[in-house]
Parts: sequence; structure tokens; C-alpha cells
Amino acid sequence: MSRQTSRLDAKKVNSELLTLTYGALVSQMLKEIENPDDVNKQLERIGYNMGVRLIEDFLARTTSNRCLEMRETADKIQQAFRLYLNMQPTVTSWSSAGDEFSLVWDQCPLSEWVEMPNNGLKYCALIPGAIRGALQMVQLDVQCWFVQDQLKGDTVTELRVKYIKRLEDAVPAGED
Amino acid sequence: MSREEEGKLMYGMLFSIKSFVAKISPLDPKDGFLNYKTSKYTLHCLETPSGIKFVMNTDNQAQGVRELLKKIYGEIYVKYVVRNPMCGIGEPITSELFKNKLDTFIKQAPLYTVRAS
Repeated sequence: MSRQTSRLDAKKVNSELLTLTYGALVSQMLKEIENPDDVNKQLERIGYNMGVRLIEDFLARTTSNRCLEMRETADKIQQAFRLYLNMQPTVTSWSSAGDEFSLVWDQCPLSEWVEMPNNGLKYCALIPGAIRGALQMVQLDVQCWFVQDQLKGDTVTELRVKYIKRLEDAVPAGED
Repeated sequence: MSREEEGKLMYGMLFSIKSFVAKISPLDPKDGFLNYKTSKYTLHCLETPSGIKFVMNTDNQAQGVRELLKKIYGEIYVKYVVRNPMCGIGEPITSELFKNKLDTFIKQAPLYTVRAS
């Protein structure tokens, strides 16, 4: 059983394939589910499931340590965007408590060539899901949502990430 | 003792050692618990930031086990479990492919070949 062929070089993968596949997925879901809010929820869930797996790949590739501070986390997320989507989001708008920040980008590879119906669909809902899933695996509970979206006529796309709490290790039965 | 019981004991022990090391260390522990040694064997532990623990018992002479565990994580676990959608995360791994790859990988490791020859 040879799995060598499945080892794709990140630089050689045609990113348009991803864009088109994602587009097909979203339009199929819109056909089947109809209610855009439910599509958003499903996309977020798919993203979450992807994030849970992607984080392992990311950690193995970058050999990062656990982040102790949100600023470090923001850097890592930025790095992950570069690594997986070849995107350069900027980290801005820190809240004074340092527990909330925005990721801003002006071009998203997932939403190239997309024209949005104005029905409440969040086309890139996969991304916040993936961030939430990935951070959950490194014991960070966060909330993630779009503040601005280019597809809705804004000049940039802005994703807000908010730290909720640190998740604790599960204690084995019988320990305190 | 059943495998499952043994697993639970192992987890409990690692959990206790981890909190022990974290509390007793005078400095901020960067990597935390790495290994312990008895007169007969050494236990090596690698914990990833995502909380997965890789544990390997070796004889006391073995070198570079930590690097080996990192490779097992990056090249075997991530490839054949994380990227395999049929393997659930947080469930026991039943994949035969993973088992075979891990077996071959360990048998090719310098640590193993030195002992075997």
C-alpha cells in the first residue's frame, strides 16, 4: 500500500482546486439546506472538525510550544494562515485587556470569484470554525466571528477573536 | 492486569509526575517532565502542546529518544492518524496502516538497530 503519492508539496498544490472545491461545497449546501443560517452553522462545524486535525499538523511542522499569551497566539494564527492559505492577515485592534484582537485581510483565497447573494450567508464561516477547533486543542476556549466582510461590500475582511477561558487538563478519577 | 487498567495507571502516574514537576521546580519549567530512570529502564515522555503524550520505555543507554518521539509524532501520528479521516480523534487507534508504519519506523531507528545487532 503506497501512500507516497499523497505527500503533496504545499507549494505545488494548486490553490484554485481548494477554492473551487470549497465553492462547490457551499453551493451544494445552500441547495440542500436552504436556510443560510443553518449553512453557516454547518460550515462552522466542518471548520471546527478540520481545525481539530489541522492543529496537529501545524504543531508537528512548526514545533511550536504552547502559547502563554494571546499575543503569541495571534502570531501563531497569522503563521498558520501563511502556511495553509498563503494569506497575510494583519493583527490589529487589540482590546485594552489584551484578550481580543482582529485579523484583517483584503484578499481571501477561499472567496475568490465569489458573488454573494445578500441572504445572511457567511461564505468563509469555515475559517472561524477552524480557528476555534484548533485553539481548543491547545486548551484555549475562544470565540471567533466576522466583523467586516469584503463579500458584503466592506473594503476589508475582519475576523475578531476573543479569548474566553483556558481549558484545564482532565484529572484522572480519584485525583484532586 | 489488563491493558486498559495499565493504561489508566500510566496516565495517572504521568499526570501526578507532571503536576509534581510543575510545582517543585524552582524555575519556570519550559518543557516540563522529560523522563525518569530506574535501575532497569528509562521512561521517556513527550507531551505535545495539544496534550498528546508519547511514552516510550527503553534501556538506560538509549540516546536521542526525545527526537525519536518527535519524529513519531510528526511523521507517523500526524500522517497516518490525523490525516486519516477514518481515525477518530480521542478514540483508540485501530488503524492497521498506522500500526505497520510505526513498527517499521521503530525498527529502522538507530536506537533499535544498535540493540538488535
